[in-house]
Amino acid sequence: MRRIRHVKDITARHLMLGIAIFVIFFLIVIGLSLFFRALPIIKEKGLWVLLTSSNWKPFKGDFGFLPYIISTIYVSIIAIVIALPLSILTSIFLNSYASVSIRRLFEPVVDLLSGIPPVIYGVWGTLTIVPLISHKIAPKFVEFSTGYTVLAGGIVLAIMIIPLLVSIMTEVFRSIPGEMTDASLSLGATKWQTAKKVILRKSFPGIIAATVLALSRAFGETMAVLMVCGNIAQIPHSFFDACYPLPALIANNYGEMLSMPSYESALMLAAFLLFIIVVLFNGLSRFTLNQIEKKYQFS
Amino acid sequence: MKYLEEKIFKIIMIGAALIIMSGLVYIIGTVFYKGLPSLTWEMITKIPGGGFYLGKEGGVLNAIAGSVFIIAGALLISLLISVPLVMYINFYLPDKSPFANVIRFSLDILFGVPSIVYGAFGFALMVYMGIRASLLGGIITVAMLIMPIMMRSLDEVTRLLPRDLPDALLSLGSTKYEMSKVLLRKLMPGLMTAILLAVGRGIGDAATVLFTAGYTDNIPTSLGQPAATLPLSIFFQLGSPVEEVQNRAYASAVILTVIILILSFSARYFSSKFSKHKS
Repeated sequence: MRRIRHVKDITARHLMLGIAIFVIFFLIVIGLSLFFRALPIIKEKGLWVLLTSSNWKPFKGDFGFLPYIISTIYVSIIAIVIALPLSILTSIFLNSYASVSIRRLFEPVVDLLSGIPPVIYGVWGTLTIVPLISHKIAPKFVEFSTGYTVLAGGIVLAIMIIPLLVSIMTEVFRSIPGEMTDASLSLGATKWQTAKKVILRKSFPGIIAATVLALSRAFGETMAVLMVCGNIAQIPHSFFDACYPLPALIANNYGEMLSMPSYESALMLAAFLLFIIVVLFNGLSRFTLNQIEKKYQFS
Repeated sequence: MKYLEEKIFKIIMIGAALIIMSGLVYIIGTVFYKGLPSLTWEMITKIPGGGFYLGKEGGVLNAIAGSVFIIAGALLISLLISVPLVMYINFYLPDKSPFANVIRFSLDILFGVPSIVYGAFGFALMVYMGIRASLLGGIITVAMLIMPIMMRSLDEVTRLLPRDLPDALLSLGSTKYEMSKVLLRKLMPGLMTAILLAVGRGIGDAATVLFTAGYTDNIPTSLGQPAATLPLSIFFQLGSPVEEVQNRAYASAVILTVIILILSFSARYFSSKFSKHKS
């Protein structure tokens, strides 16, 4: 009787260890398999040419990723520029000003914002942001814009990354020892001065880490951006040009690519690029955040 | 002077918080405002009829059913992997084990991998295994997407469990396997939260199923058939030039939003229940 119990225990232990090892290697498996599928096109054209050429004619065998890479960067940067100040201010407000009941009211807001599916953001974007840009904002700057623009993508993305930023930043702010802010307040500094001189300065690495994390989220966001940014393969010259980020490129062309091996390989390269950048960014910022959390636990 | 600055910034901060809050209201409001008028009973109970994409009769039951099948399958797979893993990290490995930290770190990174990358990887995997776009393909890919979400949130609640519980069980002579089974019961509300979060994320994601599940007007009856999904159905209907079809896209968006709202609030309910247990 006792032996069966122990056999069960040992079997379970080994199975679980297997799962754990599988999870760790899963990341490597994804990376390698995307890489090997992308390898033919890299061998054929050379990575540097692929990344710096802006000539995209799949049916002639030209694959230049530059317009897509630049589009991705533009859209993500606009999103960060909009979302970061809003998130920092809101997190400070929640951390040092808001009463418990307001904080509690805000929790479901952040939850819901992060829970709303990308497609819904896309629907909302096409219904509100796109016409707003096309009719109201763009006419002040350029002659004509469809509204499906870099700016629309940036605005929609900004709202999508706000919940991530706010939830991480409130954690980071909370990790600052209370004695520090108390010391500042008791010396006569106002709450805002304390926030500016103590909290923000002390949590600077955390804010950077949160930003990098949000940036990598923005890089990979597909559906919502695809629905509002126009999808024209060009290097956008202003906020009011259409653009075509990498994830949208992959999503839009999956049907066609099957007939052409080099096309498929090129799209897999796009996925691989996204994967590598996101893993790097995520790794760095998670490492920093873990470090911050550790310090907090010891103090 | 500093009090003036204080006042100004307080107003700016409240403004920022209000902008975020009203953003949420604006999004949900817009979807409901546009979608509710076209939402009929037929939308939920019928599959697309003959001229559906020209604005004739039918509904999106195919997509609702497809989404439910995919998420149910994905949930099953990810439960089978997540629960043992979290038990292992927390109960089998010693406290502050570096191996556990490595696992948690890779979970954090897996959590950040964009859904389109999972989609592309799932597609590559399916080509390799010789599966066409089908329910099975969708299930596997969505399972990859929701697994890290589930593991992380289950791990979070498991770590909150008082340390003396496992100690008490061990000292009564139970094996770690038996201990995990008992403690899992204690963790039920936390597990529910994890499940609901994962389902919410999985059911709303389009980029993973775009390559892997295909699209069909029928309700899939076997794992090898393609399956429609709600987010994709919204996306495709929105792309139509016919106005009625677009209106149906908005109505489908309402359906999806309602599902997400229900999931999100139930997750909140279960997690509050868990913290009540704790204190």
